[in-house]
Amino acid sequence: MKKLLVYLKDYKKESILGPFFKLLEASFELLVPLVMAAVIDTGIANRDSGYVIRMCLIMVGLGIVGLASSVTAQYFAAKAAVGFATGVRRALFSHIQGLSYTEMDTLGTSTMITRMTSDVNQAQSGVNMTLRLFLRSPFIVFGAMFMAFTINGKAAMVFVVTIPLLSAVVFGIMLATIPLYRKVQAGLDKVLGTTRENLTGVRVLRAFNKEEEERARFSERNESLTKMQIFAGRISALMNPVTYVIINGAVVVLIWTGAIQVDNGIITQGEVVALVNYMSQILVELIKLANLIITITKALACANRISAVLDTGSSMESPRLEEWVRAGKKEEAGSERGTVEFDHASLMYKNAGAESLTDIHFRAERGQTIGIIGGTGSGKSSLVNLIPRFYDVSSGEVLVDGVDVREYPLEVLRSKIGVVPQKAVLFRGSIRDNLRWGKKDATDSEMWEALELSQAKEFVEKKEDGLDVHIAQGGKNLSGGQRQRLTIARALVKKPEILILDDSASALDFATDAKLRGAIRAMKERLTVFIVSQRASSIQYADQIVVLDDGEVAGIGSHSSLLESCPVYQEIYYSQFPKEDRQNG
Amino acid sequence: MDDKWKKKAVKKDTFRKILKYIRKYWFFVGLSLIFAAATVALTLYIPILTGRAIDSILGPGEVDFNGVRNVLQTIVVVIILTSLAQWVMNVCNNRITYHVIRDIRRDAFGKIEILPLRYIDSHSYGEIVSRVIADVDQFADGLLMGFTQLFTGVMTIFGTLGFMLLVNVKITLVVVLITPVSLFAASFIAKRTYSMFKLQSETRGEQTALIEEAIGNQKVVQAFGHEEESQKQFDEINGRLEKCSLRATFFSSLVNPCTRFVNSLVYTGVGITGALSAIAGGISVGQLACFLTYANQYTKPFNEISGVVTELQNAIACAARIFELIEEEPQVPDRADAIELTHAAGNVSLDHVRFSYSPGQKLIENFNLNVKPGQRVAIVGPTGCGKTTVINLLMRFYDVDSGEIRVDGTEIQDMTRKSLRSSYGMVLQDTWLRNGTIRENIAMGRPDAAEEEIIEAAKASHAHSFIKRLPQGYDTVIAEDGDNLSQGQKQLLCITRVMLCLPPMLILDEATSSIDTRTEIRIQKAFAKMMEGRTSFIVAHRLSTIREADIILVMKDGNIVEQGNHAGLLEKNGFYAKLYNSQFSV
Repeated sequence: MKKLLVYLKDYKKESILGPFFKLLEASFELLVPLVMAAVIDTGIANRDSGYVIRMCLIMVGLGIVGLASSVTAQYFAAKAAVGFATGVRRALFSHIQGLSYTEMDTLGTSTMITRMTSDVNQAQSGVNMTLRLFLRSPFIVFGAMFMAFTINGKAAMVFVVTIPLLSAVVFGIMLATIPLYRKVQAGLDKVLGTTRENLTGVRVLRAFNKEEEERARFSERNESLTKMQIFAGRISALMNPVTYVIINGAVVVLIWTGAIQVDNGIITQGEVVALVNYMSQILVELIKLANLIITITKALACANRISAVLDTGSSMESPRLEEWVRAGKKEEAGSERGTVEFDHASLMYKNAGAESLTDIHFRAERGQTIGIIGGTGSGKSSLVNLIPRFYDVSSGEVLVDGVDVREYPLEVLRSKIGVVPQKAVLFRGSIRDNLRWGKKDATDSEMWEALELSQAKEFVEKKEDGLDVHIAQGGKNLSGGQRQRLTIARALVKKPEILILDDSASALDFATDAKLRGAIRAMKERLTVFIVSQRASSIQYADQIVVLDDGEVAGIGSHSSLLESCPVYQEIYYSQFPKEDRQNG
Repeated sequence: MDDKWKKKAVKKDTFRKILKYIRKYWFFVGLSLIFAAATVALTLYIPILTGRAIDSILGPGEVDFNGVRNVLQTIVVVIILTSLAQWVMNVCNNRITYHVIRDIRRDAFGKIEILPLRYIDSHSYGEIVSRVIADVDQFADGLLMGFTQLFTGVMTIFGTLGFMLLVNVKITLVVVLITPVSLFAASFIAKRTYSMFKLQSETRGEQTALIEEAIGNQKVVQAFGHEEESQKQFDEINGRLEKCSLRATFFSSLVNPCTRFVNSLVYTGVGITGALSAIAGGISVGQLACFLTYANQYTKPFNEISGVVTELQNAIACAARIFELIEEEPQVPDRADAIELTHAAGNVSLDHVRFSYSPGQKLIENFNLNVKPGQRVAIVGPTGCGKTTVINLLMRFYDVDSGEIRVDGTEIQDMTRKSLRSSYGMVLQDTWLRNGTIRENIAMGRPDAAEEEIIEAAKASHAHSFIKRLPQGYDTVIAEDGDNLSQGQKQLLCITRVMLCLPPMLILDEATSSIDTRTEIRIQKAFAKMMEGRTSFIVAHRLSTIREADIILVMKDGNIVEQGNHAGLLEKNGFYAKLYNSQFSV
């Protein structure tokens, strides 16, 4: 939380002036009953119409000054709160962008998004409300009591008793209902879960003729939710009647004490009216305060979630670009250009019990195609993720162009590598915008070249707008195969030394997949290509095939040698191409 | 204009439907109204009593203690009655609201159970869920607020007016004339800020979209070193958001100070006219105090009511969305004379079947197929060619547009859905498991199955060994997203689920990828065991499955383009041959 207050620092003036003007307004508000008491005691008692009019003009004046100060206060509060939120959002975005894969995995993207949006909004309204009301409400409550004391000590004792009693009731009921409403929320989640299940599993549930049972299941959960809601509602329904009794009870006592004091000539009739007025101001403010405390608690929880993100630092350090250039390291990669070497590399994910990759050791030469195959969870993606340093090895080394990846500035390393991720992700904008992710100043002809290689030229050409076709969020207006081909083109526009296809042909049919591989192989730039796949046919013709089993290398070699010597490869291959087929084909 | 009229008609219609739900609780509604009236009347009576008490306290030696005591005793009684009435009213309102929304939720869910798949497939789950949950919730809030505040608010306004008129006409006029200013100010500000809020939420939406893209796909952003560009885009939107957010926040926060100011004007107005008439002897000081309390009370319900009205409008809009779902056309019910399909032999025939998802788009035209008991039908084709359409038709998730599908010679529309569907065992690639224990999931088709039968089925489908090794074995709870099981394990459970019932016909959907080889071999074995002697339809990806099939249906772009066995289709050298050969080329 403290960490976030930094973002209020730029709005120090506003954060102080806001509450200050608010208190000013409250003070004026507290004066009104006194003026009215004067009207009654002096004006009416002395039948002085001039005095009455003067006093009323003072009241109007108090109102105008109050309005002015409260408008000023609202402005400062809004400015501080909005500025605070803007700063926090900016810091969050930039911080999250700098996090490495490891932190993204532990925190999860969907939580990041809620933290940046709804959590920040909640925090903003929390700051706003705090600046506006947090001082004002207690000030009025205690101010009213103070004013009562200036009128008469004995009568003010009624306030001294009433305020704690009222606070206890208001906050007590609120506190009592919070866990109840949490229960209601849990019940609602159950109802939601059942509804969701019946939509996602509609085919299975209908295939098993579960409609009647599901209805009964839903009814049961619905009924228990209703019971909880009614119970919680009944408790919070106590709030109004109980506070009503207390406040009016206090007024009764006040009038009785007042009567005695007036009889003794200690206070006047008008002052009794003022006391009654002060009493009625208290309740409104206490309820406001209780609501405010709920808002603040929520905002604090949000603020804590936000600072948790800001506290998570990136676990990956890399040399800065300028230092790297100054050290003259730029020229080092010469003869080793395009090579990738795994030197006894192992990888253990954060908080994981066991290694995901163990002792990977092999070398890819420039222009080679490396196939990586293995079952789910065997570590194929983990292996290629080490090359652009999305994760750091836990032991051993990964070398690109003969240099340990940890010695490169990240931007230098990643500029050498074209990655086509498993999930075909495109961004809103035109095809041209998306391809330029690979190279900021790519020309049209460079783009068409990449599209041709990735087998996407044909469908892009067919579109009326060509490269300017608009891509909706998530690429929803394209088919899976089209998206995948565009992501491949995006990586190729970059003209990388190393291309990584992480199971990226899965949405392509066999024929297109084969054509794509043929085209990349025919490129004159001699790319070093890593192909991760479940399909034996996709990697069969690679120069080297790395067979992974449970994070360990089960075999490295060509298709024919592996087929002879590697049982895991045999198992995979024959499960996809039964022996007799191979003879036929 | 026409549109506006229509909107009004919808609103009226929705309102009528809401009333229908409320009518069931008429007793509580009546009770609530009576007690609300009592609450308002008693609340308004108190200032008068207080005023009377004050009039008995004129000055030193001029206090009528007897009078004060009497009035105060009455006040105590009135306070107790008021709070009781208030409490009863609140409890009634709670009861009505939560029972009404319970009924609505129940009806909405009941409708989901009989909606045609066509509707469910064409709407996002999130949208339907939000109708049943979020909309209903919002509706409840509006309804509760409407009940508690609208009626009492209106009553308070008229009650106060009445009481004030009884005491003094002139001061009442002051109150009545100045109060509208506050309403005017509030609505003036609300109108002005509406466009600011709209701009703010649009900008927020824009920013959220950017965040979703950039953070949601951060791995790609980093792989392409695009961080700086994204930050630049973000800052630009963030700056705009700051500006419009400040405007919206500030201007909307003016409502309270302005109404407070107008209220203080009313207060002063009452003070000045009241004091002057008191000087003239028109009213007493106590009556003036009473008026001052009224002046404070009178403006409050106006402000509340404008809030309630927006809330109510919102609630009606939500209700309209819920009713849309509840009134959605259900699937055609089973015919009254529909027969029960029992012990199906497994003869399935499709005769001149025509089907498409949307009327304009042709899909399956004139599809004929005759499957004899025990035969295997493989459905093949490239990804996204609509292989699931066949499943949809066989299971009668969708009805054919024309033509007939018959099982054992009876048209499937002439039999009950229940008996047709329980004659099929279905394993889909989309491995859906419910949030519950493994045992519950396996026993879905036969909740009364004995423990031994469940274990037997799990053994037959090769799932027993991994279930045994789970921390709680068969009592392991499957999380909502099923994250605690691998894809392959989930598939094995789906197979076990069917294995336990083992109906005479099967629909199987082979997994394309993401299953490790060992598990896949197990799944194959389980499939083979199930298919023994049963008519089976298999959406196939594996060559061995395809080759062993009696009939191969080749699909392309949603339509069946070829039909025959492996050798015959290869000979034909058509689409199938092309598809088959592409697996072996470079």
